[in-house]
Amino acid sequence: MSKKIFVSGDEAVAEAVRLAKPHVISAYPITPQTVAVERISDFVEDGTLKAEYLHVESEHSAMSAAMGAAAVGARTFTATSSQGLLYMSEVLPYVSGARFPIVMMNANRTLATPWALLSDHRDSLSQLDSGWIQVYCEDAQETLDMILQAYRISEDPRVMAPMMVNLDGFVLTHTYEMVELPAQAEVDAFLPAYTTINRMDLDDPKTVCYAAMNDYMEFHMKQELDMRKVPSVIEEVDRLYGDKFGRYYDGMVEQYLCDDAEVVLVTLGSVTGTARVVVDAMRKEGHKVGLVKLRYMRPFPREEILDIASRVRAIGVLDKDISVGYEGIVFTNVNSTVADLETSPGRINFIGGLGGRNISKENTRGMFNELLELARGEKKEKIQFVNARCEYHG
Amino acid sequence: MDRPKVVKYTPPECVEDYPLGAFQAGHLVQKNAGWRVFRPVIDHDKCIGCLRCFLVCPDGVIDKSGEKLEIDYDFCKGCGVCAYECKVNAIRMVKEGEEADE
Amino acid sequence: MADKLVTNARDLTNSEYFYGHRACAGCGGSLALRLAMKVLGPRTFVAIPANCMSAVSFLHPQISFSTNSMISPFAATGAVLSGIEAGARALGMKDYHVVGFAGDGGTADIGIQALSGAIDRGDRIIYVCYDNEAYMNTGIQKSGLTPYGSSTTTSPAGRNLPGATRMKKNMFEIVAAHDIAYAATASIGYPEDYLRKISKAAQCASTSYIHVLAPCSTGWGFPIEKTVEMGKEAVDCGLWYLAEFENGEFRLNRKPREFSSLEDYLKKQARFRHLTDKDMDVIKGNRDRKWKKIQDQWTV
Repeated sequence: MSKKIFVSGDEAVAEAVRLAKPHVISAYPITPQTVAVERISDFVEDGTLKAEYLHVESEHSAMSAAMGAAAVGARTFTATSSQGLLYMSEVLPYVSGARFPIVMMNANRTLATPWALLSDHRDSLSQLDSGWIQVYCEDAQETLDMILQAYRISEDPRVMAPMMVNLDGFVLTHTYEMVELPAQAEVDAFLPAYTTINRMDLDDPKTVCYAAMNDYMEFHMKQELDMRKVPSVIEEVDRLYGDKFGRYYDGMVEQYLCDDAEVVLVTLGSVTGTARVVVDAMRKEGHKVGLVKLRYMRPFPREEILDIASRVRAIGVLDKDISVGYEGIVFTNVNSTVADLETSPGRINFIGGLGGRNISKENTRGMFNELLELARGEKKEKIQFVNARCEYHG
Repeated sequence: MDRPKVVKYTPPECVEDYPLGAFQAGHLVQKNAGWRVFRPVIDHDKCIGCLRCFLVCPDGVIDKSGEKLEIDYDFCKGCGVCAYECKVNAIRMVKEGEEADE
Repeated sequence: MADKLVTNARDLTNSEYFYGHRACAGCGGSLALRLAMKVLGPRTFVAIPANCMSAVSFLHPQISFSTNSMISPFAATGAVLSGIEAGARALGMKDYHVVGFAGDGGTADIGIQALSGAIDRGDRIIYVCYDNEAYMNTGIQKSGLTPYGSSTTTSPAGRNLPGATRMKKNMFEIVAAHDIAYAATASIGYPEDYLRKISKAAQCASTSYIHVLAPCSTGWGFPIEKTVEMGKEAVDCGLWYLAEFENGEFRLNRKPREFSSLEDYLKKQARFRHLTDKDMDVIKGNRDRKWKKIQDQWTV
């Protein structure tokens, strides 16, 4: 029997990890991920999670130790945030290239400098090219569900890719919600024990993480070809999970009131909650606005974005990040997909939430208004900062 | 002689056939013999079987499983450590292409 | 598995587990790996970071380890070894060894943090530092274990500098300061002593560390057949020493009655050929200070 618990996002992660029963956990504390690894250590201590808990001395070692364990066929978990993610970044393509299905929680937090501890997406979006599947969660329940789905997706023989489950620091990691905790037996039925041929084996010795000077290209073509099949596995697992636990997330992308929308706003993570409320309000006022909750950044939901973009007159992308010298990273991704359409909708990139700057309902309404005006033919700045404290002179 | 042997390897014909990751351990497809300028030749009459050469060979090409020590010339690089270390001068370095018993 | 200590060639298996690699002819590092693997046997997991040994033995489809093996990130040998051990333990595997072979730079410089973490956890892993006293794989650049007066491509000897200007980091005692279960220094010039130490490490229930001097003819500049001889002379002239740290105590394993000629050892190598008498005095002074400490503080 599932039960309701009142937990923070970090605690929801820990509960999900306990249910997923990894063999090895390696983690190094970094705010705001800490509560997750503290709770997991509690579970190991009280015996409710039978796992090896490695106290590593850095994030680089956290990922490296997880890789060593994955290399012998163990199910692994690690967690990080911000500077820690970048510190381990060397090991991310290492893991994905070796095709180890490590699952990691990343508490989205901005990057120094200047220092600011609150949430934006600069950390994880800087790692888009690392070969990891990236999912972004809207609330603690989704985070718990996605940790469980992550193992099922990553370990699927068709996938064999590591997965980063992103949740916004503090906004999700440290706020409390009622969360439905699935029963262990149900989880066990959903998530079979991990077995793989991609491991070192005492009975039939293997090498992993080797050099392939002549065939490097082919190995990565294979990785790319496999990654292209991942969206269908994600949809499949989402259905399976929904059938079992009653919560469906619409796979790669959730479209909220997009069917007849004139303009849509694309969001990632917890800010989607605010945008949902604004869409409801504006719909009541008669505005045909919709919301695109981009759940996965890798693999990128190309088909879904094309479909949406072909139906709307303007599309806005809210980036809680910026690739300095160009534009928001999500925008670049959406844009390159939209460019495939013969006639593409108008586009605005809203840069907001940097360093955890608030994105209010009013700010969100402002974005929709800009999009509606763009759809009516007004000229708009392509890249706009949202809720900046003072004016900027572009 | 009991030394690893070169196996025939056919590269995959399509990308799908590449391994996911894990690959056969101890998989040799090429010899190192081409590196050698001088080859070590053991004089078994002089050899006292102390196994010093077997011990110090960086490439492990000296096999002690038979009655006499044997050298795996497929992988000997001709470094000469064995001849230099031999206490009884039972190993001579002979230039490739020249006869050992001249 | 090494139940009894292997201390000679006769007891050493004929089987090779590290074979057909592309190391330079006469490579000291490859001898260090080869001998260790023969002691540890077929049920061994190997992790090697970026260094000559990984560069010459993991060239798909030419794989030189016949045991399980992997290349680890440069900085993370200790962490990868811990992960392998934790995974194997959690999966209930029995009767195996986990060993890492990192170079001097991979140990004393970029890998020192992960090594420290691994020792701190006390995981049952064997960490072997094969020390050829510079970054040989990348072309002989100075590392934290490059000795004073050594000319490397990043510490060139010239009119103003004698080559490297610092002594080797004292990795053996840095490791010992963690109160590690077993640590030892060795040299491929004394292979029997090295075999015994690998055997002891294999029997250790916790983390063990072996620091083996592995001369490199390419980087040091000596004839390739003299690799083992150079390893022996380094010990005989007192610039290297054979010792163990066990149960919190340091013990010297080999006490030369008198040192062989330090000048002879140095002058045989291109990297030291430029040294002046004054430089020799610096090196000798450092050597003598070290040996005084050994005499005073260790079991000799």
